[in-house]
Amino acid sequence: MSTLLLTEDETMLQDAARGFLDGAAPVSHFRKLRDAGQTHDAKLWAEMAQMGWTGVLVPEDAGGSDMGHAAAAVLAGELGKTLVTSPFISTAVIAATALRQVATDRARDALAAIADGSVIYGLAVDEGAKHDPDATQLEAKADGNGFRLSGTKGFVVDGSNADRLLVLAKTDAGLTLFDLPADREGITRTGQNMVDARDAAQVTFDNVQATGDDVLGSVDDAMTVLKPALEAGQAALSAEMLGLSAGAFAMTVGYLKERKQFGVEIGRFQALQHRAAHLWSETEITLSAVRHAGRKLDEDPDNATLAVSLAKARATQTAKLAVIEGVQMHGGIGMTDDFDMGFFMKRARVATEWLGDYGYHAAKVAAARGF
Amino acid sequence: MSMSDDALNAFRAEVRTWLEENCPQEMRDGASGEDAIVWGGRNWKFKSDAQKLWLERMASKGWTVPTWPVEYGGAGLDRAHHKILLDEMRKMGARVPLQSFGIWMLGPALLAFGSHEQKLQYLPPIARGEVRWCQGYSEPGAGSDLASVQTKAESDGDHYIVNGQKIWTSYADKADCIFALVRTDRDAPKHLGITFLLIDMETPGVTTKPIRLISGKSPFCETFFDDVRVPKANVVGTENRGWDVAKHLLTHEREMISGGGQGLLGGRPLGAVLSEQDGGLTDPVLRAEAMACEIDALAVALTLERYKDQAESGGGVGDASAMLKYAGTELNKRRHELMMSAGGADALIWDGKHDGLAADWLRTKANSIEGGTSEVMLSIISRRVLGLPA
Repeated sequence: MSTLLLTEDETMLQDAARGFLDGAAPVSHFRKLRDAGQTHDAKLWAEMAQMGWTGVLVPEDAGGSDMGHAAAAVLAGELGKTLVTSPFISTAVIAATALRQVATDRARDALAAIADGSVIYGLAVDEGAKHDPDATQLEAKADGNGFRLSGTKGFVVDGSNADRLLVLAKTDAGLTLFDLPADREGITRTGQNMVDARDAAQVTFDNVQATGDDVLGSVDDAMTVLKPALEAGQAALSAEMLGLSAGAFAMTVGYLKERKQFGVEIGRFQALQHRAAHLWSETEITLSAVRHAGRKLDEDPDNATLAVSLAKARATQTAKLAVIEGVQMHGGIGMTDDFDMGFFMKRARVATEWLGDYGYHAAKVAAARGF
Repeated sequence: MSMSDDALNAFRAEVRTWLEENCPQEMRDGASGEDAIVWGGRNWKFKSDAQKLWLERMASKGWTVPTWPVEYGGAGLDRAHHKILLDEMRKMGARVPLQSFGIWMLGPALLAFGSHEQKLQYLPPIARGEVRWCQGYSEPGAGSDLASVQTKAESDGDHYIVNGQKIWTSYADKADCIFALVRTDRDAPKHLGITFLLIDMETPGVTTKPIRLISGKSPFCETFFDDVRVPKANVVGTENRGWDVAKHLLTHEREMISGGGQGLLGGRPLGAVLSEQDGGLTDPVLRAEAMACEIDALAVALTLERYKDQAESGGGVGDASAMLKYAGTELNKRRHELMMSAGGADALIWDGKHDGLAADWLRTKANSIEGGTSEVMLSIISRRVLGLPA
C-alpha cells in the first residue's frame, strides 16, 4: 500500500480546489442558493467539469482524468469545508464507479457525459428511513423482452436535478440495477424539503418500461456493479464529512481566539481548551481512516469494505461532535440562522444518514473483524 | 524496479538469512510479556543461555539499536532498512533482544544533546545491555508539572552535591544509573534553572524504596538523594538548560507509551478476544461498546501509521505526538474495561483463566497518567497545535 500521506499530485489538486472554491463557493454562496430556494448551481458544476473534477473517476479513454478514489476524497473534502452544493458524489463518484464496472459502449458514452459535465445522476436505492439495499421492494417484472418497474424510492440525493437515475429493483432471482432517463414515462419525482437545503427527491415508478439495454451489468446481479459504487460513494462522503468537520472546527477555534468574556479570550479557559483539543484529536484520527479508505479503493478495491465502513463510521461520529461542539462553544450566536454553524450541523445530519449511518457501518466493521 | 528497491530486497534477503542462522529456536516464540523482556544491566540474570546468546549476537550486528550510528553501537539503519529488519523479526516471531529506558529515552536524548565523549562513553554499553538506566523526573508534589522539580544540585568545585527525592522512578531498584532533572538555579524562572544530570546509583547517598501499586506489583520506586557527589562532566547539554533535553526526551516517551498500545491495536481483533471470554459476545450492550472500541482502535492504529509515514518522509510529528499518547492510552483503558466485563467473574481472579488480565487492567489506568496525564496532553494540543492562548 502507498503511504497515508498525500502525493504531490494530490496536494496540488487540494491547493487548486481550495483556491478555486474559496472564490467561487464559500459558505456565503451556499447561503445565497438556499435563500433563493435553489439546490443546484449549473455554472459551478460546469466549472468543476472544466477543471476535470467530474471526470476524477472516469477513464482517460472516455475523456476523464482518472485520478482515483484518493483524489476524489481530496475533492470531496474541499467541497465539504465550505458546504459546496453539487452532485459530485452521486454523479462523479457513485455513477462513474458503477458505469466503469461495465464494458459497454453505452457505459463508455455515459462516462464521457459525466466527464464533460453534461449529465447528472441520482442513485435510487433506499425505500425506508434507513439505508438498506437488501430490503429493496421496488419490483421489476419481466415483460416480454424487458421489464416493468413499480414502486417508490426515497432519499434520492440529487434526484430532482438528475438527468438519469440508477435504480435498484427486485427481479426474479435477485436484485438488478437499471440506468434510466429521469423523464421516462411513469417516473414521478417529488423534491423533498430537506434540512440541509439540498436536493433529495422521492421518486415513484408506475409501471415504468425498461429494456435489457437499461440494465447496468447483469440481471439479478446488481451488487457486482453497485457494491463498488456504494463503497466509492461512502468513502467520498466520509471525506466530505471530514472536510465539513474541519470547516466547522476552524470557525470554532477562530471564535475561541477572538471572543472575550470576563475580560479575556474564552480560548484561555481550560474547559474549552480541552474540548477543542479532544475534537482536534478526533479529526486527526478520522483523517487517517479517510485516507486509508481512498488508498484501499485505489489499490485493493475488492477488499475495501472494512476500510470504507471504518471511514464512514468515524466520519459520522467526528462530524457529529464537530457540529455539536461548534454550536455549544459559540453559545447563543451558534443557534442563529444568520450564523453559518447551523448549516454545518444540518448537512452533517443528512450526510450521516445517506449511504448508511454509524450503526450500519459499525456492523460491517464488526463482521469484517470477526465479532 | 528501481535501484533502491533492489538494494532493499538484497538487504531483506541478508537479514532473513542472518536471522535464520543466528536466532535461537527458543527466542522465536514471539513472546513479549514481562518474562520475555531482557533489560540488561550490571546485575542482570538471564533466564536462559539462549536469551544471552541472542542479545550478544544482535548487539554484535548493532541491531539492538538499529538506527543509532555504528560508532555508538548501532547499525546506522535508515527507516526503510529498519522497517525491513522489524518486519523480518516479526515474521519469524523473534523476540526483541533487549529493551531499556537507555534505548527508548536516554539514547535519543544523548544523540541529540550529548557531547561526542558522552556518546562514546554511554551509548555502546546501553546497546550491549551492560548498563541499565532509569529515569528521575517526577517528584512528590510535582506530578506532570515537571518544571517545578525541587531536587537541588549545588556547585562544589567540579562536582555537584545533590539532595532531594524522586518518585515513580521505574525499576530504580534494579537500575545501575539514573538520568535526572535537578535544580541548579533557584532564582531563575522555573524552566531555566534545571539541569539534566547522569548519576550512578552506586554513588554513596542514593537509596531506593519500591512502591506497591493497586495492580499488586509494580516497577515503581521512590529514590532518595542525600548529599550525593556527582561530577559536573555528567551534565548533558548545558547547565540550567536541562529543560530542552527533558522536552526532547518526553516526546520519545510519549511515542513509546502510545506505541505500547500499538501491540494491542495491531494485535488480535477485540471481538475475537471478547468472544472467547463470554462465549460469543452475545450481550448487546457489550457488543455495541466493543464495536465502537474496535472502530476507534483501528483508526488510531492507522494514525500511528500515518505519522510514521510522515516521519519517514522527513516531516516531524512534533507536538501531535501528544494526541497519540492521549488517544492511545484512553483507548487502552476502554479496551481493558471491556475485556474485564466480558470475562465477568472469571476475570476477577488474579491468576485465573484470564492470566494477568486483572493486573493489566489496573496497569492501564497508569498509562494516562505517566509521561504526562491526558489533561496535560490536551493542554499541549490546545496551546501548541491549536495556538489557543495560555
